[in-house]
Amino acid sequence: MSETKTLTCVACPKGCEVTVKYEGNEILDIQGNACPQGADYAREEIIAPTRILPTTVAVKDGALPLVPVKTTKPISLEIIHDAMKIIGKTKVKAPVKIGQVIIENILETGADVVATRDLPKKAG
Amino acid sequence: MLKLKKDVVVIGGGPAGLAAAVKVFDNGVEDVMILERDFELGGILPQCIHNGFGLHHFKEELTGPEYAQRFIDDVEDRDIEVKLDTMVLDVSPDRKVYAMNREDGFLEIEAGAVILAMGCRERTAGAIGIPGTRPAGVLTAGTAQRYTNIEGLLPGKEVVILGSGDIGLIMARRMRLEGADVKAVCEILPYTGGLTRNVVQCLQDYDIPLLLNHTVTRIEGNERLEAVEISEVDENLKPIPGTEERIEADTLLLSVGLIPENELSKKADVVLDDRTGGAIVNEGRETNVEGIFACGNVLHVHDLVDWVTQEAEIAGDWAAKYVKGDMRRSDSKIKINAGKNVSYVIPQNIELEDKDRKRIPLYMRVTTPLTACEIKLSADGEELYSFNEPFAKPGEMLSVPLAQKTLNDLGKIEEITVDIIEKEGE
Repeated sequence: MSETKTLTCVACPKGCEVTVKYEGNEILDIQGNACPQGADYAREEIIAPTRILPTTVAVKDGALPLVPVKTTKPISLEIIHDAMKIIGKTKVKAPVKIGQVIIENILETGADVVATRDLPKKAG
Repeated sequence: MLKLKKDVVVIGGGPAGLAAAVKVFDNGVEDVMILERDFELGGILPQCIHNGFGLHHFKEELTGPEYAQRFIDDVEDRDIEVKLDTMVLDVSPDRKVYAMNREDGFLEIEAGAVILAMGCRERTAGAIGIPGTRPAGVLTAGTAQRYTNIEGLLPGKEVVILGSGDIGLIMARRMRLEGADVKAVCEILPYTGGLTRNVVQCLQDYDIPLLLNHTVTRIEGNERLEAVEISEVDENLKPIPGTEERIEADTLLLSVGLIPENELSKKADVVLDDRTGGAIVNEGRETNVEGIFACGNVLHVHDLVDWVTQEAEIAGDWAAKYVKGDMRRSDSKIKINAGKNVSYVIPQNIELEDKDRKRIPLYMRVTTPLTACEIKLSADGEELYSFNEPFAKPGEMLSVPLAQKTLNDLGKIEEITVDIIEKEGE
């Protein structure tokens, strides 16, 4: 039997209300999306929701104690907490450059964890 | 006292100030200086480590620090002069800026034009008056964000959030990810104040309850917060007796609104709009004081930094024109009114001559959530045209273009009114 779900697309801040008709993992119809990203989002959201994970990593000798990081692509929502555990145990040495890979291929997702800002060494 | 002369002084090195300064420079006015009170540029963006920035401006999804970095790079590439750790103390109506820092001491800068880009600050517990004690553990969501993301300190373990503004929603997820138990987000209104996407990806993803029509009615605890009492409210937002519920918590985050930070503007005799809390401006983002411009959250609180950038670029363009003597006022001033269901419209006035422009974007917010609505523009009571919107929410800014051709065809008019009306039968 087919089911219908209305989702708010989070691909951009417009927040389209997308209605998806599906049966199991088969998508039958997608309505209400203003762009193709909305359809992709709805499809993924039904089959396996994924999110970019933005968080921080501890820094040794940095101008600040933390550097912000993100995954280079969305990872499965199910493993977010596992990813946080690994990231929480990581410490990187200053200086850090924006885009620098902090953890490669986290949890075999194909996504790297990269720094999202430059962080110089602590002065003095 | 160090005395300087600058073509343009930008007060504030956040997203608005950075974009405005770059635009001023790119318009050929290279003698521009940014004054910033923090130790680095970027304003609030360095602590907004989440993604979702830049989708409109850069057509890609960036985090706050990444968005800031692009503009910081632009400023550095142009060698735009920046003074960090510098506090501006006063601005006079004749555009003298008084500031101080440890290196220069007291500074007086005579500016050809001033761009106000001081941003906003958060409304606090004091400002909303919750009954009860005043223990540690009650803080604004933005302060908690700074502790968590910049200073590496988790503000607490059991959290209740009052207000569903974007920072509150973002912090609900952030603290959950860092291992805190986020027990509820209470919103006094029947709808959320934040972006829908944040309700989805910050609350629904982590099963954090959003309690609409609820507020915090008591704070408990002496040294440290021990519990909050929440209550349901009626349609007049008054707590309903008998609906009280006690939630044990060591932390209460407040995400109950942002206030444009206009102390300096007032010193310069800038007139503020009661509805926005920011200056009343024309389409060049010039305030009532000649040569003083305003943009970003100091002008009105934005939901997206992309719109801040857009507005800052407008201010930068016109400030450069002003300094070059290329800014001309028309004989008449058209007042832009916020009509039915509209809380405000920016700009509030149209009075500048610009032969090249095709349209003037009008930015607005609705007072209440609407579905299937029409944004109607009328001039002196005569309807001009309308735009359809599938939905409108107070938390999400709307923009419609006012065509220059329409203005030319109309000739002399006094005012333009924007109404947003729900279409019937849909």
